[in-house]
Amino acid sequence: MSTLIIISILPIILLYIGLYKGQKALLPVTIIGLLVALGFGISQWNNNAQPIYHGMMLFDNFSVVFSSVTIISTILIVFLSKDYFEKISSHIAEYYAIILFSLAGIIVMVSFYNLTMLFIGIEIMSVSLYILAGIKKSDFASNEAALKYFLMGAFSTGFLLFGITLIYGASGSFNLEAIRNFVVEHPHNIDPMFYTGVLLIIVGLCFKVGAAPFHFWTPDVYEGSPTLITAFMSTVVKTAGFAAFLRLFTACFAPISDFWVPVLLVITVITLFIGNITALYQQSFKRMLAFSSISHAGYLLFAVVALGASSANSVFVYATAYSIASIIAFGALILVQQQSGSDNFESFNGLSKKNPFLALVLTIAMLSLAGIPLTAGFIGKFFMFTGALNKYQVVLVILAVINAIISIFYYFRVIIAMYFNDADRAELVIPVYYKFVLGLSAIATILIGIYPGFISGLI
Amino acid sequence: MTVSILIFLPVISALAVLLFKNGATKHAALAFSVAELALAAIFLSRFVPDASIQFAVVAPWIPKLGIYFSAGIDGISMIMILLTNVLVPLIILTTYKHEYKNANAFYALILFMQAGMLVVFTALDGFLFYVGWEAALIPIYFICSLWGGVNRIKVTIKFFIYTFSGSLFMLVGIIYLYLLSPSKTFDLSAFTTTGVVDAHHQAWVFWAFFLAFAIKMPLFPFHTWQPDTYTEAPAAGTMMLSGIMLKMGIYGVIRWLIPIAPLGFQKYEGIVIVLAVIGIVYGSIIAFTQKDGKRLVAYSSIAHVGLIAAGIFGWTTMGLQGAMFQMLSHGINVVGLFFIWDIISSRLNTREVNELGGIAKVAPKFAIAFLIIVLGTVALPLTNGFIGEFMLLNSVFRYNVLLVVSAGSTMIFGAVYMLRMYKKVMQGETNALTAVFADISGSEKLVLGIICALVIIMGIYPQPILHISEAAVNNLVQTVNNKFVQVK
Repeated sequence: MSTLIIISILPIILLYIGLYKGQKALLPVTIIGLLVALGFGISQWNNNAQPIYHGMMLFDNFSVVFSSVTIISTILIVFLSKDYFEKISSHIAEYYAIILFSLAGIIVMVSFYNLTMLFIGIEIMSVSLYILAGIKKSDFASNEAALKYFLMGAFSTGFLLFGITLIYGASGSFNLEAIRNFVVEHPHNIDPMFYTGVLLIIVGLCFKVGAAPFHFWTPDVYEGSPTLITAFMSTVVKTAGFAAFLRLFTACFAPISDFWVPVLLVITVITLFIGNITALYQQSFKRMLAFSSISHAGYLLFAVVALGASSANSVFVYATAYSIASIIAFGALILVQQQSGSDNFESFNGLSKKNPFLALVLTIAMLSLAGIPLTAGFIGKFFMFTGALNKYQVVLVILAVINAIISIFYYFRVIIAMYFNDADRAELVIPVYYKFVLGLSAIATILIGIYPGFISGLI
Repeated sequence: MTVSILIFLPVISALAVLLFKNGATKHAALAFSVAELALAAIFLSRFVPDASIQFAVVAPWIPKLGIYFSAGIDGISMIMILLTNVLVPLIILTTYKHEYKNANAFYALILFMQAGMLVVFTALDGFLFYVGWEAALIPIYFICSLWGGVNRIKVTIKFFIYTFSGSLFMLVGIIYLYLLSPSKTFDLSAFTTTGVVDAHHQAWVFWAFFLAFAIKMPLFPFHTWQPDTYTEAPAAGTMMLSGIMLKMGIYGVIRWLIPIAPLGFQKYEGIVIVLAVIGIVYGSIIAFTQKDGKRLVAYSSIAHVGLIAAGIFGWTTMGLQGAMFQMLSHGINVVGLFFIWDIISSRLNTREVNELGGIAKVAPKFAIAFLIIVLGTVALPLTNGFIGEFMLLNSVFRYNVLLVVSAGSTMIFGAVYMLRMYKKVMQGETNALTAVFADISGSEKLVLGIICALVIIMGIYPQPILHISEAAVNNLVQTVNNKFVQVK
């Protein structure tokens, strides 16, 4: 609970700092605040948490783990935002504040124990993101992204809310435990209204996590938003979305999995193929990352399809691996974009000659995203495949393998551009903060890949 | 003393080599690889040639999922370790006359790849095996595409996708076995326990593994990546690939595929052995028509590997022993041949067989070495090629006479195109191009000298090597045969 309180108060402090022109203090205060919140979060580890506030929230280990991973990713992204927002506009206190408000929503999303809290959490997060997407006020693409995101987001929230209402209508409660009890007590005569509610919730959540066929907003929004915000959306937000997805389905709908697994199975397969095949045809690195994030949503859905004791762990490992690799990719993209003004694959040509460090960390990130052994991404895929095979989803895994092969093409395109294509380019100046974040993330990727024991046993 | 020293020394060497500056790198890399060879020699001297697994190491890795860092050496692994650790110093020595850009990265990748292959050759845990399998692939991809020829980018991505696809299916197979195993473990001995995998599942597991191994070897019709990659890769990369890496596939068949899925193997033996023989015939015919020397050797390698595979699929003790011996000989010979072509192409800037001629006159030492290696490759008695091929053909013969006739006659055909290549390149009159050919010297002399010595010594006195793997092979064939009988 203290984590949530700190993260809610922190942005207000930041706004005051901004008001009194303490621009230099913004970054350190944010980082220190987040670290304190992280510390409080970790101190809740394994203390047999009970639902609090009349069963509204539950800060169990699941919540601690996912809060921590989202907070850590946010810290890394905030480090990257040093000198980034200043170039966009002069109101930088607001950016930090809005990112943190969004994070507060995310903490609610991973700790809810009541459907209303899920809804509130998602809304706090989403409204902040609508603003962040359009934060380049005079930029056409940024405005388009914000409007598209807002319209689509509002639409999907409608679905979600409608689903929640129907479930309330059938079961008479918003409380996860009460809903579960309702499902368990009425194994055969559940009102069709309830099933409709489940379907609508699936649609709403799939919108939020960008799973096909509800993914149409993703590429445009990801491309139009400032790159750092895209990084935030595709890592922290996506992790939170899946944590919420998993929490809801594990807690409430596991007993009726026969009903919704086929639906999700179809969604998963479509997501994998659409994400991967469209990513193949992209000329822009940023757009490629957007589509590849759709396909990663497909892999993450594996954990929900093969719902079981190890699902939370799989999502945790996969989301961590994916987040740190994406942060590297977006960080490198920001640097290259600033130099060349373009986010095409060509702008990476010959990078290894002048910036061997940047090329190396980006290669590690790409290998991790492609799921090559000795990187964290492989461990994530390994857990997903194991979980799915455990539920005898052999066909699904074979399809996923085909997709993993397809993804090699576009991930290696960057590596090929950096190492094997020659181009005259000046050396990029990499700020210290970037070196720190990118280096740290690359080391973490390799460490998790070599010795996943210390992270995989958490939940 | 456990096998982990053997595995981790190359990793540490690779990291250490990165610290050296350009001129000193190759010496450092050579020193490290020789140290690794010395280590292998110590292991060999302490090795007891019975069927047991020795120098075993078992350390928890991801114990929650039943994954252990579990590795050990038996007679079969020992041969593979010898192959790897003898060839890597030789291959590093062959690069002495080249100047590579970023030499430290080049040698670090070679050493790292060596570590990956040693993991493959000693792993007793499915997960570890898979990780080693891929850890060997990444470095060779970068070696080929950073230091390779003109078309390297297209060719190497094809190579990578091909092998990566195969191994992903193997990964699915490994996870499947893990879920079937009663104690939820990746341990090889659990996979091979009778009754864990029933006949129906064995058929699927067989194909999942077979795909990975067949692509790696490569067996017909999964070979299409091979000639291009061998041609475009830098000489040292080609040697690593053909000398050592393709043996990962053959080793995988012996250690994993057949012991885990004996019933699947029994069911599909006919198909795979025919594929292997088609590979022999096809490789030889295509090799006959090649004008580029490096490509010719690449295709002939398809034929030789096909024979090794066919001998294994015949599944007799003699066939397996022949395969072990032939893996060693083929590794040595093919490295020799690719080095010969590397010498020719770096001096004359061409690999066209028809443009050459008369080199024997100007470079007699080179000619002798070339001849010995060619004779070893075409399996002349008293060379190392003969012993292995004889035993392999014997194994195929027990399976089917028709197959052995086509395989055997092709091997004779192989002698024709190899000797024809030798004749065109080395004999006849010198032309403007070859008249200035300088004879071998320094490191070249050393490498070719060692290879020629090995060709002859192994051919005359093969017993010590056969002895290393004999007990392990006997035991393996027995165990698997017992499982066959249970079905009949």
